[in-house]
Parts: sequence; structure tokens; C-alpha cells
Amino acid sequence: MSGQTIIEPRAEAPASRPGPGQRPARRRRRLGIQGWKGAGFTAPFFLGFALLFLVPFGYAVYQSLFLVQTSGLGLGGSTTVFVGLRNFTTALSDPDFRSAILRVLLFACIQIPVMLFISLVMALLMDAAKARTANKFRILLLVPYMVPGVVAALIWVNVYSPNVGPLTPFGRLLGFSWDFFAPTMVWPSIGNMLTWHGIGWNMLILYAALQAVPRELFEAARLDGASELRIALSIKVPYVRTALVLTGMLSIIGMLQIFNEPSVFRQVTPQTVTSSFTPIMFIYNEAFTSNNYNYAAALSVILAVFVGAVSFGFYRLTNRKQP
Amino acid sequence: MSAPTPPRGRSGAAHAPGSKHTKLVVVLGLSAFALYSVAPLWWLLVASTKNQAELYGTNSIWFASIHLWSNLKQVFTYDGGIFLRWTFNSILYAGVGSLFGTVIAMAAGYGLARFEFHGKKLAFSLIIVSFLIPTALLTLPLYLLFSDFGLVDTPWAMLVPAAINPFSVYLATVYIEAAVPVELLEAARMDGAGELRIFFSIVMRMMTTGAATVYLLAFVGTWNAFFLPLTMLHNQNLWTLSLGLYDWSALRLESGVDLTSLVLTGALLSLIPLAALMIAMRRYWRSGVALGALK
Repeated sequence: MSGQTIIEPRAEAPASRPGPGQRPARRRRRLGIQGWKGAGFTAPFFLGFALLFLVPFGYAVYQSLFLVQTSGLGLGGSTTVFVGLRNFTTALSDPDFRSAILRVLLFACIQIPVMLFISLVMALLMDAAKARTANKFRILLLVPYMVPGVVAALIWVNVYSPNVGPLTPFGRLLGFSWDFFAPTMVWPSIGNMLTWHGIGWNMLILYAALQAVPRELFEAARLDGASELRIALSIKVPYVRTALVLTGMLSIIGMLQIFNEPSVFRQVTPQTVTSSFTPIMFIYNEAFTSNNYNYAAALSVILAVFVGAVSFGFYRLTNRKQP
Repeated sequence: MSAPTPPRGRSGAAHAPGSKHTKLVVVLGLSAFALYSVAPLWWLLVASTKNQAELYGTNSIWFASIHLWSNLKQVFTYDGGIFLRWTFNSILYAGVGSLFGTVIAMAAGYGLARFEFHGKKLAFSLIIVSFLIPTALLTLPLYLLFSDFGLVDTPWAMLVPAAINPFSVYLATVYIEAAVPVELLEAARMDGAGELRIFFSIVMRMMTTGAATVYLLAFVGTWNAFFLPLTMLHNQNLWTLSLGLYDWSALRLESGVDLTSLVLTGALLSLIPLAALMIAMRRYWRSGVALGALK
């Protein structure tokens, strides 16, 4: 944790140090051969990487420059024509796409801080507990992480269900009549589900960061009469800032591609959770329901650039000055 | 980098004023979070012991008459036992895909951590940048590409993406940098060992723990995948558990067939393989996972 960069290990660390008696010329020659061998080890991965990441991205950019046009009344078949950036201008002024992005961004601004705050509280409690107690709780707190996202959504949709779920009768007992699928409640319901699913994992990362804080700091603070709460707020929290930035960034990236949970909700309330509810749902719908691959490709490129920019901006913003 | 600090510093807490109070708050707080984490699964366990009528009619947080056995039979026999097929597929894609993925990632990590070559920095930047791009956005063009190759609707559409995981390479690089001494490799080379031999019998053997962590994380990633199989697999016989359960649940809206009881029992069953793997390998995600993610 002492290194402040979270996503750049020391890639440029010297790989092979020349022995004291080695002459530089011989070393350079060896580096050449060794270099080829090293590159060889990475070749299988980068071949696959090119196939699965670079080529599709290039292909999406290429596809996004075309459009399938049906001639006349659609009787003369269709032709693919080059349209330049027209798909992009259409996409950027598409109200459905724009509101899908805004909807998810707004949601992210609320759900992610809440989830990370809860995870941090959990991690602080774990850190304050005895090691044996912490070990017991860790497995319980990680239970949601073992549930695949779609299965978690299927479980929660039924927990929320007014017919089979336990929450509706419980609410009635307290005098509430909850409708978890009402238009105003859908996001809070999804938010609770995502929080439930995510806190264990985020807690694990934050807890590991807390474990790396030098214990002597706490001793010193305690001798000075600081309370446990004060120690947590003034020493522990600043120390896990890097970990918070990392978990926050991963959460943002995950959120902007949210698809599974709203899709499961759509099975219950198709009127509220529309087919363009989130950006990825919108893209999926354009591609596979409207068969408009070119437009979907343009939307994908825009969203990829947007997500990259948001997470990069977030990284720069939160990593500006480090203790 | 490994080994969490032993709790020696905590002895101080015992003498601190108000420590009993603190301890109580800690245990109560953790219990509340644990309850929140486990409660929905408790409900799931109860619900999967009920038949469809009881599911709608009885108190939902306690057992009625136990129908777990007949529910299980129904899940495994519905539609010609397709549930078992989905289970097999999920295990195949995640298990085998991640196995290849781990070897590929360890090799790449070894190359990046212990060799110098042109373009290494660029290669590493590509891996980092790929974290920032949501994989769902590459799935659509990948679908078009795979359909040109005839890979759509084959197990390869799941296995190939499962075997190429930039995060695994990142982790492997970090682990190997920390744990494989250059001197040892030099010594092996002096003794005339070939590079492949060095990799398989020294590096891989030294990195068993690291490789297990990489494998576990890759497995969970593929196991949880939904958008990729939804896009790539249209043949029911190739589906994964998540996709199959999603489809069963969707039938209620699409054709009015209510399979809620099957979905819930199936959901419970679908948790078992991953939970078993996680528990069997808990040694690895305890130390390795979180620390590796931060390094």
C-alpha cells in the first residue's frame, strides 16, 4: 500500500541485472535474444487480446460509419452505404440514449457512495474486531459475492414480489404498503440489490488495505487518549483512500454497463423498466430487436469513450494529491 | 506483501477505556451486516422447500410442509433434464476456460515481469486501458466477428473469451514480480535449462498460490457472465445456469407459465458449485485476492 499508483505496477523495473563482470556489448546481445523469448511468453495472450479487444473495437468503429438503407418501399432490398459520422450525430441527439446515460449516472452518484460507505463501515468494524471474530464474519459477509448477478436479481425480484416475497407482509404488519416495482421505487429497489451484492467484495478490498496500516500508529494514538472512533476516522480512513478510489472506479465502470439487474426487473415491470432503460439495454435492443447493428456500433463506441473518460477523470480527480 | 499483520497491536484495545463498549458495538454491527447478507438466501432456502401453492399461500420466512425433494426432481426433469445440461455447461465454460486462461496469463505475466523487450510498456498500457472499457461494449462487435468465423452458438464463443483475461495478466505480473527472484532464473539458465522448462517447472511451481488466485477470480468472472452468453448462445443446449434460470423466469411474462418454484429451487442449486469452490479455495482469496488487487 505504500506505492501510490494503484494500477501501474513497476513495469519498468530492471528485469535482468547484468552481473558485475559482464561486458555491456554481450549484455545487449543477450537482451535481444531474451527479449524475443519474453515476448514469446506474452504472445498467446496478446494474440487473443488483439482478437477479443482490439479487432472488435476497430470493427465497431468501422461498422459505425455505415448504415443499412432500404431502397424505395423496402421492396428493392437493402444496401449498406457509407454515411461518415451520421450515426454519431444521430446518437448524440438521441433523447432515449441521452436519458439512459443520465438515468444511470444519477443512480451511480447515489448508489456507489452509499455502497462504499457501508463497505467502509464494515471493513472498519472487521478491523476493530479480534482476528478470530473477523474470520468468522468474513465468510458470512462474502456470501452475496458468491451469487451470480442474474441469480441475485432473480432472488431479489421474488423477495420484493407482493405475492411470494416476505417484505410485503412485513410492511403490512408495520402499516406500510410497499410496492417495490412502482416507477419511483424501481431504482431504490435495484440499488438495494446492488448494494447487497457489492458490499462484501468491496469490504474485502478495503479490509485488506486497513490490515496494511502500521499498527504502531494506533498505539501512539491510544496513548494520546484518542477514542477508537477517532482513530478510525483520522488514521484508518485516510490510509485506505487509494483503495476507495480503486473500488469507486471499478464500481463506476460496472455501473455504466449495468444490464443484468434491470433486465430481470423488466420481466416484472416492462412498462417502468423500458427497453432503453440503461445504455447497454438500449444498445442491445438496437442491435438484436431493431437489427440496427451499425447504429448500435456507434452507440457502443460513444459509450466506451465516455466510460473511459469518466473513469480517467475520476482517477485524476481523486488521485491528485496523495498523503 | 502477504500475511496480514498479526493482531498484536490489538492488545492495546483491551486496556483502552470503553473497550467493552467498543467490542459490543463491533460485534452487533457485524452481526447486523451478516444478517442483511444472509437473509435473502435464508428466504430462498425456505422458498425452495415449498410447492407452488404454498409459495403463494404460506408465511414466507418459515417452512411449510417440506417439498424440497419433489422440487429437486422437478428441476432436474423439467424439459428433458435441461438444468443438468446447463450446470455442466457453466462448469465447462468457467472451469476449462479459466484453466487455459490461467496458464496463458501466467506466461504473459512472466514475460512482462522478467524480460525486457520493445513495446513492453505499450503492451502493459493496453492491459490497463482495457480495464476502463466495459466489456459489454465489445460484446456486440465481437458477436459480429464471431459470426463471421462461425463461432456463434458454439462453446468456443464462451471458452475463448474466458481464456483471455487482462486482469489475470495484470495479477500474474504483479505476483511474479514480487515472488520470483531473478537470480534463481539466471542460475537455472546457467545450468542449461530451457525457457519453457524454467517456466513450467520453476515459475509455475513457485507461483501455485498466485495461479490459484488468478484461476479463482477468472472462474468467478466467467461463472457470473450473463451478457456474453445471452448474446452468443441461442441454442438452449449450450446455455449457462444464469441464462437458463433467466429464461425460466421470463416465461411468466412471455407465455404465462409460472415456474417461480422451479426458478427458486434452481437458483439455490446454482449457488452450490461456486460456493463449494470458494470454500475449498478460501486460503487463496483470503490473502491473495484483495492484496493483489491493490498492489
